[in-house]
Amino acid sequence: MSQTPTTPAQTPEAAAAPPPGPVPGGQRARQGHRRLLTRRDRITLGLMAGVPTVLHVLLVWVTALASIALAFTSWDGIGFDSIKWVGLDNFKHLFENNPQFWPAVQHNLIWFAVLIAVPTPLGLFLAVQLDKKIRFSRVYQTAFFLPVVISMACIGFVWQLVYNPDTGLINSLIGANKPGHYIDWIGDPDLNLWAVLIAASWRHTGYMMILYLAGLKGVDPSLREASSLDGANEWQTFKNVIFPTLRPTNTVVLVVTIIEALRAFDLVYVFNKGAQGTELLSILVTNNIIGESSRIGYGSAIAVVLLVISLVVIIPYLVATFRKERRS
Amino acid sequence: MSASTVAPVRRTPVRPARILLHVFLAGTALAWLAPLLWAVFSALRPYSETSDRGYVSWPHKLSLDNFTNAFQQSDMLHYFGNTLLIAVPAVLITLFLSSMVAFYVSRFDFRLNLALLLVFTAGNLLPQQVIITPLYRLYLLTDLPGVTESGKLYDSALGLVLIHVAFQSGFCAFVLSNYMRSLPHELTEAALVDGASVWRLYWQITLPLCKPAMAALATLLSIWIYNDFFWALVLISTGENMPITSALNNLSGQYFTDPNLVAAGALLTAIPTLVVYFVLQRQFVSGLTLGSSKG
Repeated sequence: MSQTPTTPAQTPEAAAAPPPGPVPGGQRARQGHRRLLTRRDRITLGLMAGVPTVLHVLLVWVTALASIALAFTSWDGIGFDSIKWVGLDNFKHLFENNPQFWPAVQHNLIWFAVLIAVPTPLGLFLAVQLDKKIRFSRVYQTAFFLPVVISMACIGFVWQLVYNPDTGLINSLIGANKPGHYIDWIGDPDLNLWAVLIAASWRHTGYMMILYLAGLKGVDPSLREASSLDGANEWQTFKNVIFPTLRPTNTVVLVVTIIEALRAFDLVYVFNKGAQGTELLSILVTNNIIGESSRIGYGSAIAVVLLVISLVVIIPYLVATFRKERRS
Repeated sequence: MSASTVAPVRRTPVRPARILLHVFLAGTALAWLAPLLWAVFSALRPYSETSDRGYVSWPHKLSLDNFTNAFQQSDMLHYFGNTLLIAVPAVLITLFLSSMVAFYVSRFDFRLNLALLLVFTAGNLLPQQVIITPLYRLYLLTDLPGVTESGKLYDSALGLVLIHVAFQSGFCAFVLSNYMRSLPHELTEAALVDGASVWRLYWQITLPLCKPAMAALATLLSIWIYNDFFWALVLISTGENMPITSALNNLSGQYFTDPNLVAAGALLTAIPTLVVYFVLQRQFVSGLTLGSSKG
């Protein structure tokens, strides 16, 4: 997904549930496998797992740990000997003196709240409507899903055409495109976060719709029948029968949405580089790299805050998923 | 639904409600496409016309000029080429490496299997910004004289390929290991008893059975990697080396002073992913939801 997902969007929970019917007694069979392995086989296996693991661990996990270590240092990035241990100074400075930090945290929270409150139920609603085996279902589906396929950067450009103060669609329609009467959707710090969030929600809805559509396809049709035989109306069936069976999908949706909210970056960067009013943690980290101020320790401290927040979500989710895995 | 009184007994599903639903869905779908349609409309009009008459006005002249100009002025072909040079190897290597890991964890019960899969899966869930600062330094420090044009991992296609592979293999390993676990064990068992090597079990028996999952993942990965903005933004510094998405961001500030031209440029960058999506829709959607319907 970053992808966000979203690149963004790429989370394995979609596959959380293994396909049904793992062979019973597979455990024994696999142990049998092991005994048959020759020395060469063992070396082959070692390489097959080893090469990808080294690459992944080195570029993802070692760097994540390095972020933690660097967060307690100050470094100009030029020579290793300029790395100095500063303890909690970076964090102290971040929490107390950085005027952008708390707004960024707040914006990330708002981002999540909006995504879960607007596009998620809307996506669910659309999925329920499209699941009714109606005609043109594919056409509607495609229309809602199209934004998910397009890059966030491109979406940023498209929405700028809508929000532009003098040439944009909204201001042209409401006549606010004359100098002096501008509504500056992207420049006004009270408005811009909401303007970006509309674009983000626009994209997120289609994503949620697809996840829910897949979830709905898995609902046992006999449940529906039973419920209509009992005389339940559409809303009652949904509320009491369908929605409860969507629990696994809801978990996926929740995790995807939190991660998307933490990863949010491209759209804001294309809009206004996270200036005034649209600060995000991801933007603050990036500014420390792209900008001229190479304050590595400080940037890492922000990354650590982002890491801690993500782990609060990732760990319980993985524990639950993998517990299920082990059972199968 | 209320209309059941109108249509007696027959199984015909409530007509008026259906019509209402279609009206609603068609209206919403159109509204959904509005920003994109607006971009297309703007891109089709010359700047001179919109600056005289305003953007919301009846078009007098519609042409593809903006598209051809954007394509030529910004040398888009070159940037599309850069993207291709990054995305094709990245997708192939990711699938190759992650399928090996998946094979390892799903077909054998070594003690650390679950932990290994956990490492991959969790890595993919991290926000990219968590690792970018040390990664950027690492790329700057890695000297590769003669291997890349920049002489470093930084500012090279190779560097982008590596991080895409490392990052995305987490997701793919997880999906593929679930998929492989659903394959009957007897297949590989029999081959192993017959003396087939582990490599053969992987390459000739397991992989061909994974084609549907691999196709779904390949579609998904191509679109994600093509759409990547962040890695390229930070890890590439020379404009010439940028892939198309970050190049457009760069160029729109430098050369384009005309929103219609930017619209055309942005739409052009979206075309390849739209084509992939329309051609491989089924694979794409099944990749996104792989397994989630079976929960």
